[in-house]
Amino acid sequence: MDQELITDLYRQMLRIRRFEEEAARLYTERKIGGFLHLYIGQEAVAVGALSVLEDRDCVMTGYRCHGHYLARGGNPREGMAELLGKETGCAKGRGGSMHFYDAKRNFMGGWGIVGGQCPMAAGLAFAQKYKNTDGVTICFLGDGAVNIGGFHEALSLSALWKLPVIFVIENNFFAMGTPLSKTSPTEDLSIRALAYPMARDIVDGHDIFAVRASVHTAVRRAREQKLPTLIEAKTYRYRGHSMADPAKYRTKDDLEEWTRRDPIKTLAAKLESLGLKEMTLHIEQEIEAEIQDAVKFAEESPMPDPSTASEYVYV
Amino acid sequence: MLKNHQCLIPQLLVSMYMSESAPKENPAREIPIRDALREAMSEEMRLDPNVFLVGEEVGAYNGAYKCSRGMLEEFGAERVIDAPIAEAGFAGIGVGAAMMGLRPIVEFMTFNFSLVAIDQILNNAAKARLMSAGQFSMPIVFRGAGGAAYQLGAQHANSFEGFYAYTPGLIVVAPATPYDMKGLLKSSIRNDNPVCFFESELTYSLKGYVPEEEYLVPIGKADIKREGTDISLITWSKNLFLTLEVAEALAAEGVSAEVVDIRTLRPLDKDAVLGSVAKTHRALIIQEQHLVASYGAYLSHLISTEVFDELDAPVGLVSSLEVPMPYSKSLESVVLPSKERCLQEARKVLEGWR
Repeated sequence: MDQELITDLYRQMLRIRRFEEEAARLYTERKIGGFLHLYIGQEAVAVGALSVLEDRDCVMTGYRCHGHYLARGGNPREGMAELLGKETGCAKGRGGSMHFYDAKRNFMGGWGIVGGQCPMAAGLAFAQKYKNTDGVTICFLGDGAVNIGGFHEALSLSALWKLPVIFVIENNFFAMGTPLSKTSPTEDLSIRALAYPMARDIVDGHDIFAVRASVHTAVRRAREQKLPTLIEAKTYRYRGHSMADPAKYRTKDDLEEWTRRDPIKTLAAKLESLGLKEMTLHIEQEIEAEIQDAVKFAEESPMPDPSTASEYVYV
Repeated sequence: MLKNHQCLIPQLLVSMYMSESAPKENPAREIPIRDALREAMSEEMRLDPNVFLVGEEVGAYNGAYKCSRGMLEEFGAERVIDAPIAEAGFAGIGVGAAMMGLRPIVEFMTFNFSLVAIDQILNNAAKARLMSAGQFSMPIVFRGAGGAAYQLGAQHANSFEGFYAYTPGLIVVAPATPYDMKGLLKSSIRNDNPVCFFESELTYSLKGYVPEEEYLVPIGKADIKREGTDISLITWSKNLFLTLEVAEALAAEGVSAEVVDIRTLRPLDKDAVLGSVAKTHRALIIQEQHLVASYGAYLSHLISTEVFDELDAPVGLVSSLEVPMPYSKSLESVVLPSKERCLQEARKVLEGWR
């Protein structure tokens, strides 16, 4: 296996993990307001999926958006500054934790209303097809989004109009605090693809290479055949739904089982087995410096000027 | 309602020729609103390949109200797109496409059905620009019929223009005449912000002067449809025709009423509204919305605070009664603003506080 690829995936996942841990710390210090939904535990999904995209492709997601932003190449400095509501943030402090954007990288946002991003993502793919760019769109959503109308209408229209879009359900088994067994009559969420119909796949979201392979197939289907795919990646968030949630609704055993198979630890072990322990330590230091720099940058950045409160409403 | 409008048409045309936006010259070409809308869309689609039309029945059926007649033949199924009944889906697809620089025209058969797509309009289209700090613009038009028509019952008679005007980030346009419909729809399609464009089932057949040559009507500009000196009657959308009738009746009583057609609710042409009231010193707002939390209530607040010293009487306001629209004709006609109710309120504004 390509050593450079493995180290890159490891670096990216570690970047998200450390970014989120620092965000949690800053939140408890009350430097970050509002809601803070952490991506810790799910890193292999974003990093694996986005590692097979090209620059011209588009990415859209829900409110748990930091991981996707970083995996798409978003700048950690601008991400952290956004969390602190600073003018230097990736949305100049207008978006916040749930609304990261990076137009330069076709990172089309973080959207706060569950499932609402799905029709829009189909619209990005519609535009890619309309303009013959051969680009594709990946849309991330949680297991909590598969029961809302917007998701189903997006799937229905994507299949009907043959749109180059890949919907990736990050099934972390809890819609906020409600277990999947209470929100879905089937454990298999990808089964919803059958009705429209569209291609589907289920993948272990902790196995970054499995995620890559699945998304790679779907991307090729989208790019070459202009057809959508629904992928269910089974994953786990180690923290609560948001910082306000101690996650008492799940068992310690479950959490331990998932953290035992932690994708970052797994890749570190793999690198070590390849005789690259030095390399992992080096990457750890590099990421640590990068995240500390991001925090420093964010803390030292200016707040938006109150006199600009009404800007960015109309062109 | 319908009868009133039919009676009004000849008089309406006269009024339109008198207004500043519709010149008197060459009044030969009179076309119905549905054709004015089609011309606006077709002209813009010929100019810009990024413009497309999507909605229920817009293609093969030529539009539920025949506003897109012939467009499928001219532009093909890739640009005139029949959608299934899935407003949240195709409105959202429009929003995503607009983020990519396309210029979708999303037709709602009526704005009553826009409620199932409201997350896409209010939360996504209206807010993308602010949330991304200007990284994305949103050149999309949501258009369709709004307001009551002819005994459509409670769920098909909502006046939602004020409801959409509540949201910063949206532009809300509600014209009345064929001339304004065409010119404002063209401006809306060219605008880089999301526009909610309100039409009316009752007036798609209404004919009026529309020039052959290309023109635009600017967004955010009101039009004085009738000049007067004694009272300003302020309105928008199809209630312009009722208001013109009220002005005519007041003229018979020796009162010179000015009719201000605001045409755009957001952004409002405040200067035109306040300027007219400063001239006449009396204002009556005529709206089809319910009073509570309505656009008319905002206008009343604006006038009462901005030109308080100019007012000779409190601002009058005629609205629909506070009841979901009942079906029966005898009930519908009293729920909606009527000529009689408007005249009564106008007389109160004119005399009550003298």
